[in-house]
Amino acid sequence: MAKKEVVAMLLAGGQGKRLKGLTKSLAKPAVYFGGTYRIIDFPLSNCSNSGIDTVGVLTQYEPLVLHSYIGIGSDWDLDRKNGGVYVLPPHEREDGSSWYRGTADAIYRNLNFIEQFDPEHVLILSGDHIYKMDYEKMLQYHKEKDADCTISVIDVPLEEASRFGLLNTHDDYRIYEFEEKPPEPKSTLASMGIYLFKWDVLKRFLIQDEQQASTSYDFGKDIIPLLLENEKSLYAYPFEGYWKDVGTIHSLWESNMDLLDEETPFNLNDPDWRIYTRNPNQPAQYISPSAKVRNCIISEGSVVHGEVKHSVLFYGIEVGENSSVTDSVIMPKVKIGQNVRIHKAIIAEGLVIPDGVHLSPAPEDESDILLVDQEELERQLLEGMTSKA
Amino acid sequence: MKPLIGVINLDHELEELKELTYFRCGAAVPYAGRYRLIDFVLSNMMNAGIESIGVFVRRKYRSLMDHLGDGKPWDLDRKHGGMFILPPDWNDPTDTSQGDLQHFHNNLDFFRRGSGQYVVHAGSRHVTKADLQDVYRYHMSKGADVTLVCKKVDKLLPEHDACVKVEDDGNGNVVDIHQSADHPNIYTEIFIMEKELFLRQVQRCIAHGESHFFRDVIQKNPDGLNIAAYAYDGYHAVINSIDSYYRNSLELLNSGLYEQLFKEQPVQTKIKYEAPAKYLDSAEVKHSLLANGCIVGGEVEDSILFRGVHVAKGAKIKGSIIMQKCYIGEGAVLENVILDKDVKLSGGQTLIGDPSNPYILAKSTII
Repeated sequence: MAKKEVVAMLLAGGQGKRLKGLTKSLAKPAVYFGGTYRIIDFPLSNCSNSGIDTVGVLTQYEPLVLHSYIGIGSDWDLDRKNGGVYVLPPHEREDGSSWYRGTADAIYRNLNFIEQFDPEHVLILSGDHIYKMDYEKMLQYHKEKDADCTISVIDVPLEEASRFGLLNTHDDYRIYEFEEKPPEPKSTLASMGIYLFKWDVLKRFLIQDEQQASTSYDFGKDIIPLLLENEKSLYAYPFEGYWKDVGTIHSLWESNMDLLDEETPFNLNDPDWRIYTRNPNQPAQYISPSAKVRNCIISEGSVVHGEVKHSVLFYGIEVGENSSVTDSVIMPKVKIGQNVRIHKAIIAEGLVIPDGVHLSPAPEDESDILLVDQEELERQLLEGMTSKA
Repeated sequence: MKPLIGVINLDHELEELKELTYFRCGAAVPYAGRYRLIDFVLSNMMNAGIESIGVFVRRKYRSLMDHLGDGKPWDLDRKHGGMFILPPDWNDPTDTSQGDLQHFHNNLDFFRRGSGQYVVHAGSRHVTKADLQDVYRYHMSKGADVTLVCKKVDKLLPEHDACVKVEDDGNGNVVDIHQSADHPNIYTEIFIMEKELFLRQVQRCIAHGESHFFRDVIQKNPDGLNIAAYAYDGYHAVINSIDSYYRNSLELLNSGLYEQLFKEQPVQTKIKYEAPAKYLDSAEVKHSLLANGCIVGGEVEDSILFRGVHVAKGAKIKGSIIMQKCYIGEGAVLENVILDKDVKLSGGQTLIGDPSNPYILAKSTII
């Protein structure tokens, strides 16, 4: 393998428990977003657009969909002879086998993979954030600072800061302290989970950390503190722009809704920064004479007879006559019958919503979002039948 | 062994679509919101498992080649077989052949190397969803030398005038091939024939100084070939004039036809990475087809919008076909208009055509 300046390692093994029914048989990075994408499209497209052509994708939980989705990486221009995308599940070795025990362990177990490219730097990414970022610029910054590790940070409101891993820095952004979800935050610089390391430094500390009995094999909890302890030079790289952790049903819904603003903070239509995805190849969408479509996103292959307002519709969806979809996200290939009302809901892929069904969160939790998967749909239908009887 | 080898013969196709064929051949004309005409025949061949396809092109094929690429969307990027774009190549000064016969003759290697035993021939002007495996099975069961795929139309339309008509004896045996205006059984330019017979006929016709395979071998039938007719009853549109292009495109808005064309098997096309269509709060859209990448702030009715079209607030579009990446400025009014790719209309423009004679703007026009 020819030498590479940067190798990216994308952590995509997470289950995403807080996404409940959406990740029952799907790893979180494979969850749908924005009408035609999956979450992992964003870091992969960022790599492709930033000129990073060597990406290892570390998978573990429910990998089938993710593996077949990534394929040979051609949709992200990552089907290369030298480099390209590599899917890296946990594997057995001479000294035994185990699942990836944490983010740092996952990288440690793939030292040989990285080593073949003899890189100067390794970029660690996670597969559960929605954002567009030019990693090339971060690399420039990292090199200018001659940092051992650069952590991308975003300024968050002080009242929300204690939800994040926070970095306390000097004026020149040199990091002197890392605090995981502190009750009394000293700064508002939240880690985005994007780390750029000098490879020789990372390698040394991964090996060292692996030998410690007390480690939890985690970048945030173990590796970063270890680097600080050893007085390595760590810098925060301030990122400005849209960034969203879509780890919960509410944040996933909210992030989809953000796309609907006329002046959206997150433009998917930027010709200079395309988001690539596996194309489902569906015909143009059909909006019927009876349809009303306003303030929404609809993808190809959908057929709309009813009303769609302030919602995101994926591809291959049918919305029947006199049905309305408001403030909702409808995943691919959902068939919505006639006289259906859907409000503030996320409907999981491929569900068939029978005529006349109403789906919305219970009135007492109006702020919340109703997640409808097969189980929930059956429960609602049963409830509807008993309430009528 | 794969039985079929595909021939997409664009050799005789005329550039009949005025402005739309100024810069491209007919096969590359955009259709149905996100496709090109050739996608339909290619997808039919793909769905029939055909792995070796020769595309015989003659003129204006730059945009066609750009569209077809390495054939990946149709699964034709293969080690064995795959897609071959075959432009004319006249190097042999002693070669006296002409027309599509010359084309076939000069590309004998394509036929010889392809593993199929039967040739499926098609053009790009007839948009169909013909099941070519079924046609092949029919051809074998009839024991015919040639099987022509025919569509009996309920109503003869102006575009059918120029089409070849096929008369059969009621049992699928062809008794006459002619061009009379009032016969409803239309030849779709799809036929199946054994490869060896096909190549023998090519050589024989060249020796006789002929130039047109269908006319000189099948229609005139000097060798008394046994010709069968396969009755196709799915979606069918003939695109050979602006009128037929415009009318057949907008007919897709009647959902029955949209479903016929797209329901069972997907139609493959060149992959683009566009965001889904976005409808602003001011959008009023009904009875229309829209592709991904569109941003709509105005009114759209009875129309087709291709990928990446922007319709500004206050613009009104009715009965129109707007191709890829057009921009329609604020307050513009379009009725019965065809805009080719990349047309930019500044605000306040009014363009009104007649449904029987739509107003066309050529590619990249800026007004």
